[in-house]
Amino acid sequence: MAEAHPVGFQWVMEAKRRGAKIIHVDPRFTRTSAVADLHVPIRAGSDIAFLGALVNYVLSNDLDFREYVTEYTNAASIIGEEFRDTEDLDGLFSGFDPEKGVYDGESWQYEGAPQSPAAGQRDPAQATGPQLGDRGSDEHGHGAARAEAAGSGGPSVSNTAERDRTLQHPRCVFQILKRHFARYTPEMVQQACGISPEQFLEVAEALTSNSGRERTSAICYAVGWTHHSVGSQIIRTASILQLLLGNIGRPGGGIMALRGHASIQGSTDIPTLFNILPGYLPMPHASEHLDLDSYVAGDAGSQGFWGNMRAYAVSLLKSYWGDAATAENDFCFDYLPRLTGDHSTYHTVKGQIEGRCKGYFLVGENPAVGSSNGKMQRLGLASLDWLVVRDLQMIESATFWKDGPEIETGELVTEDIGTEIFFMPAATHIEKAGSFTQTQRMLQWRDKAVDPPGDARSDLDFYYDLGNRIRKRLAGSSDEMDRPLLDMTWDYPLTEDGEPDGHAVLREINGTGPDGRALSGYTELKDDGSTACGCWIYCGVYADEVNQARRRKPHWEQDYVASEWGWVWPANRRILYNRASAAPDGTPWSERKKYVWWDADQQKWVGSDVPDFIVDRPPDFEPEDGARGPDAISGVDPFIMQTDGKGWLFAPAGVADGPMPAHYEPPESPVHNPLYGQQNNPARQHVEQAANPINPSYSEVFPYVFTSYRLTEHHTAGGMSRTLPYLSELQPGFFCEVSPRLARERGLEHMGWATIVTGRSAIEARVLVTDRMRSLRLGDRFVEQVGLPYHWGGNGLTTGDSPNDLVNLTLDPNVYIQDKVGTCDIRPGRRPRGERLTSYVEDYRRRADDAASADAVDAADAPTSGRADR
Amino acid sequence: MAQGFVSEWSLLRQLRGPDKLGRGSAAMSTRSRHLEPRTATADKVVSSVCPFCAVGCAQKVYVKDGQVTQIEGDPASPISRGRLCPKGSASLQLVTSPTRVTTIRYRRPHGTEWEDLDLDTAMDMIADRVVKTRRETWEWQDEEGRRTRRTLGIASLGGATLDNEENYLMKKLYTAMGAIQIENQARI
Repeated sequence: MAEAHPVGFQWVMEAKRRGAKIIHVDPRFTRTSAVADLHVPIRAGSDIAFLGALVNYVLSNDLDFREYVTEYTNAASIIGEEFRDTEDLDGLFSGFDPEKGVYDGESWQYEGAPQSPAAGQRDPAQATGPQLGDRGSDEHGHGAARAEAAGSGGPSVSNTAERDRTLQHPRCVFQILKRHFARYTPEMVQQACGISPEQFLEVAEALTSNSGRERTSAICYAVGWTHHSVGSQIIRTASILQLLLGNIGRPGGGIMALRGHASIQGSTDIPTLFNILPGYLPMPHASEHLDLDSYVAGDAGSQGFWGNMRAYAVSLLKSYWGDAATAENDFCFDYLPRLTGDHSTYHTVKGQIEGRCKGYFLVGENPAVGSSNGKMQRLGLASLDWLVVRDLQMIESATFWKDGPEIETGELVTEDIGTEIFFMPAATHIEKAGSFTQTQRMLQWRDKAVDPPGDARSDLDFYYDLGNRIRKRLAGSSDEMDRPLLDMTWDYPLTEDGEPDGHAVLREINGTGPDGRALSGYTELKDDGSTACGCWIYCGVYADEVNQARRRKPHWEQDYVASEWGWVWPANRRILYNRASAAPDGTPWSERKKYVWWDADQQKWVGSDVPDFIVDRPPDFEPEDGARGPDAISGVDPFIMQTDGKGWLFAPAGVADGPMPAHYEPPESPVHNPLYGQQNNPARQHVEQAANPINPSYSEVFPYVFTSYRLTEHHTAGGMSRTLPYLSELQPGFFCEVSPRLARERGLEHMGWATIVTGRSAIEARVLVTDRMRSLRLGDRFVEQVGLPYHWGGNGLTTGDSPNDLVNLTLDPNVYIQDKVGTCDIRPGRRPRGERLTSYVEDYRRRADDAASADAVDAADAPTSGRADR
Repeated sequence: MAQGFVSEWSLLRQLRGPDKLGRGSAAMSTRSRHLEPRTATADKVVSSVCPFCAVGCAQKVYVKDGQVTQIEGDPASPISRGRLCPKGSASLQLVTSPTRVTTIRYRRPHGTEWEDLDLDTAMDMIADRVVKTRRETWEWQDEEGRRTRRTLGIASLGGATLDNEENYLMKKLYTAMGAIQIENQARI
């Protein structure tokens, strides 16, 4: 955190000054470790084994926050008899289809849950989980990031599940969890993670003794946790741990995702993502969503705030198509294009290479360096008809045709590349007015300081202009395919500089009512077409016709919550689910951790923050049978976006690779999975493409682990940092970090060159031999890790090879993010040049495959293969 | 001259004045006493936010004669309290970089060099290509006969470094266009 989010880290240091214990778990020793109380080096990709052992420690020592767990989580819910755990199936859950490589989650449901065909249809493109039933016809790999679509709450389930509040029923979630995590022992942590039992226990004791009524602990992760084929499940494990300890919805608690780009949260909320529409509404799916009724059927009428989904959807359609959207034409629902599966970026790149995708816009993003498997990215770019690059500097994704690595090896020839390229210069953040949403969901408005130079323009300007030109070309068309473009509301006022007015766009996002006035909150949205709203969770950012994101009341004039700086979705709430900061009876858990509570005199929830609850609903409220939507939320259920109001220790729906996390090895690993016979995430998705071969695991040809990370002085793919003199001077070259033991083993010299090779490519780096990388002892063997800061490419003031060229594309089945951990070899000296590089990598691949085939033959001959080998 | 030199000698001020350690007023010369920071002479100060990571540190942008002269942390922010990291502190170089590309560059198919293009022509050419590719790759239904109303011929990557308003217009336009392969750094 001190490396990648230095200014955010000041609050960790403030906490430390007030007595907090700081624990840093990371493969490398960083600036964070340097000031932490404890640094715990861990093998990259073994996080679930570590976190799972903490869960086990809590459960087997009865250290959970029992009243919180019983009332606020689904610990008491009873799971159906058909469910089988990884304990029963050696690493698989029930419902796995080995041919398709996907789970059918039917058996993971609550006991007695009605087999409602509607359940969970908010994103039925997800090909797994009980929500699909027999409609799960999509081919392998065609889920649609369900977990992300649930970014503002969980999927639909019935809340009528049976509960055993004594937590003793053998099939209640609490008991299932206990059995599932029992094998995650300190000894197993040593075997999987390379962490000693003593150090593990130090962490476990610190965390549990700092949680409860009087105290809370927070878990922060930079998004490295997401870069695994089990990424969603790593974060699920942390969620389970925090729910058991009562650390969610309370001040000082939570799980903080420290994201890496100024508005990456905003571009998820108002998505430039394939699977969702603004506010985490799903993109419609061709099989299920034939009309508006079927689109909202899964949620309309269900419990919790998603029960009003029809109002959110209709208001979005009104903001897209205005007067053309009427009740008679289903509010133009049919204008929405439909998904048929996974259309995520890596599959799009595959489509480019295979000639299906012909035109591409790159907008402040540099995939030739920043996306995994760089070669696939560049081969995709070279296969396009046309490419528009909008950026500040001449990035590698714009120049691959003249100086990319494949030009050097001869795999691509400039004159043969047919891609037509438009480099359109962009405006910087101070040359345009607009809002960013930072990592805690806070929108902050920026005013414009100066005009952009030359031809540079904002993206608002570019896209508004492009839309106008496209519409002009189609004007008068009677073709039905053009109706959505022609009927779209696309008439924004211009500022005195002649640019579209960002305030007006933000106001459209906020939404307007029947009187044309800005709405003040999403509870005002209607499903009859009388309201329009471009993103329901942002409704209120323009309340009272004021740009609330522009508020800048200094922190010294406010309390510590600082509610009048910027605006936080939803409803300016700073801590989500903050009803959980009070006990079931509505009183604060403790004076020390007081945040939001029930005031019996005023008959409402009060406190330092906007209550994340129906403000006048008393703690003893019990919904009537058959109640729907928000009316169905009881007075004690803090998780109001969940249909059962509970925090999920066990996910009965919505997760593609199991209702509970289980440790699997990265797709390329030097070791056998110490926990189960199942080596890898069985539902992982490997992108099948010639340029994406995978190294066999336990290979002596690729004996080491590599992982990548950031440096303080550079930013992502380097377009905004390797071009700046100060930053290039501070970190002037690409390097790898290796332990002294590995350096000795391979003859690597400090400050010398090394070549790092995988089945995809080989790169060269300067060597930093350092104790910051630890040789990890796993049982009777060592595992060595090569650390690679991933910011470099061929352009800019400081240049170098790109570590992302080494990374294979194996994706998490929930969100389709790649696993950044892989295996490699490392050798002293610079890499081969030109064609020799290609044959060098081919030779490695052949040797690894030959050795793996020989091993397979040996294993087939041996009667005790598999687990007994370990 | 000599007298001026003596009176300007910092050691004397250090010995005679209150600043015995020579770390404050004693160390200042006439010249340094009259220096003004760029921030003091700015024509205007504009509130902004750092464009790098997602912490969201507040910035103050100082402008003089239509040029940005300095970018600093804003002490009023409850998030950053005026601090910026090395990247945020280098924001001035980001916006004034001499290697910024400020004119349109065009590479024709199979071309070996960049060429120039004026803005209006480039915008027309891009609009033409969108319309053409969209029409050529349009799909009313997929191979299973399901209505899809889309194109898989046009894709987009980027958004995490842009404004909410920009992402909104992009998604709206692409959706109306029928383009669904719209992605950004959040997936990467």
